[in-house]
Amino acid sequence: MSLLSVRGLTKRFGGLLANDTISFEVPEGMLLAVIGPNGAGKTTLFNIISGVLAPSSGTVWFDGRDITALSAAQTALLGVIRTYQLVQLFKDLTVEENVLVGSHRITRGGIAAALFRPRWVREQEGRLRDEARELLAFVGLGQMGEVFADRLPYGQQRLLEIARALAAKPRLLLLDEPAAGLNIEETAALADIIVRINRGGTTVLLIEHDMSLIMKIASRIVVLDFGRVIAEGTADDIRKHPDVIAAYLGDETTADLV
Amino acid sequence: MTLLDSISIRSPRSWVAPIAVLGLLGLTAYAFGANDYLVTVLGLAAIYGVFCTGLNFFMGYAGQASFGQNAFAALGGYGTAILCAGYGWQPLPALVVSTLIAGVIALIVGYPTLRLRGHYLAMATFALGLMTYEISIEWNGLTQGYMGYSGIPPLGVAGYELGSDKAQLVALIFFLLAGVWISRRLRESRFGRAVRAIAGSEAAASALGIGIARYKLAAFVIAALYASVAGSLFAHFIGFISPEVFGLQMVVLSFTMLYLGGIGTTWGPVIGAVIVSLMPEMLRGLSELQDVAYCAILIVILIFVPKGLASLFDARTARRAEVSTSAR
Repeated sequence: MSLLSVRGLTKRFGGLLANDTISFEVPEGMLLAVIGPNGAGKTTLFNIISGVLAPSSGTVWFDGRDITALSAAQTALLGVIRTYQLVQLFKDLTVEENVLVGSHRITRGGIAAALFRPRWVREQEGRLRDEARELLAFVGLGQMGEVFADRLPYGQQRLLEIARALAAKPRLLLLDEPAAGLNIEETAALADIIVRINRGGTTVLLIEHDMSLIMKIASRIVVLDFGRVIAEGTADDIRKHPDVIAAYLGDETTADLV
Repeated sequence: MTLLDSISIRSPRSWVAPIAVLGLLGLTAYAFGANDYLVTVLGLAAIYGVFCTGLNFFMGYAGQASFGQNAFAALGGYGTAILCAGYGWQPLPALVVSTLIAGVIALIVGYPTLRLRGHYLAMATFALGLMTYEISIEWNGLTQGYMGYSGIPPLGVAGYELGSDKAQLVALIFFLLAGVWISRRLRESRFGRAVRAIAGSEAAASALGIGIARYKLAAFVIAALYASVAGSLFAHFIGFISPEVFGLQMVVLSFTMLYLGGIGTTWGPVIGAVIVSLMPEMLRGLSELQDVAYCAILIVILIFVPKGLASLFDARTARRAEVSTSAR
């Protein structure tokens, strides 16, 4: 059974049909990419899956459960963790603290626990800090733990956002254009990180503009155009698909794709 | 890569806590030897310190705006006044009961109000302060209106009153340090990080499973509890309250303290409260130029230390400034 199942999602903004009966499946363990030209409805789709927006019609199923009506926080608590296209860091927190917030979903403790710090809270904190350092080392920010997040260069802010999402131990990781604004080297490093996350057993759903990145790492690709799925398949299928070529024709970013 | 090299390494240290504690105790000791007037000024500074430490939960940690926290100080003050002066209660049970009442009211008022954001939240909380002010004037039977409540006994435990202002000052400093300790504990925890995450990005916080409304409400109620305690302490320390005591002046003063000391830091509110309280006294010699000098100092501090005075002693913030300069 699929981990995520998107069934007939439609989203209207007034007269604009942003998502038009979109359906696809994301099996457990897969690295699936959603691509499409600007305005194809990719981010809207992500916002619906992650509970930020409610669809006009259609349903989202996660792990056999209908999650369409859940809020963003409720969706996250189930293990569907997303990043944003525009970096959304906690700028007044240090890099390490940002990652610690990521583990909110898998930890417990409220005001009383904070005040009295019983043994289990101290142990939890210690374990979290160790894990945070490991995660930061994993994305290449091992030395930056004590720096305030807004002091990181842009590329590293993106990596921090991924480390923070990983701290939530996601069952499904949604990455919204993680390579946006990165240079070639940074994109290559990012691709490597995403592949390693996926090999580690995390299902990844990725929106991306950077075709070369997608073609290299995605095991399956869904192509959107004008809010509709116009093709689905492996990188090879997509490369040859006539509708995809038509949708992208004349678009220089895909010259190497065709 | 030079930028990266310059900001990595070494666990930085914050010297704010030891400096603040020593400064506070030093000032108290000095006041003991000096005169009663200074003791009163410091006592009020400690009360404002409690108030601002609470406000900092909501405005600093959670990053929300409240212009109406004086309402909860009024609740605490009047609760203590009515229970102690009106019904002859002991200070501590009166403090506990009025604080609980303020907390429950904050919960009830905060639940709908905190759906608002930014300027709208600021206006709604502002209205809350004005309403409390009006009620404290109009509800004569309960509050004695403009006349205010007098004859409130000083702080004390089990029938033993802290007779002198100096003894009361020690108690106030104790309350203040306890308040800061709680603030620090909560700040460095799962709860505190979730609250501070909301100030950074509500979108990202909810994407990590943080229930925004719940944590904002918690921060609001905590701020109200502190405000109420501050109000009760004020009533005991001065022995008299009236609607004016918890008026707009209190909002303006507490904002000045918060920003001057360092909003969002543990010790900033305390440092701000002490400095803003002492400054008029230190400038007294300038007679008519006093207000001008006061404002000039405020402006200079806010321009050159925009993160507040607490940031001067925090290696992390200092380095933060350093990095931003070298990145330019």
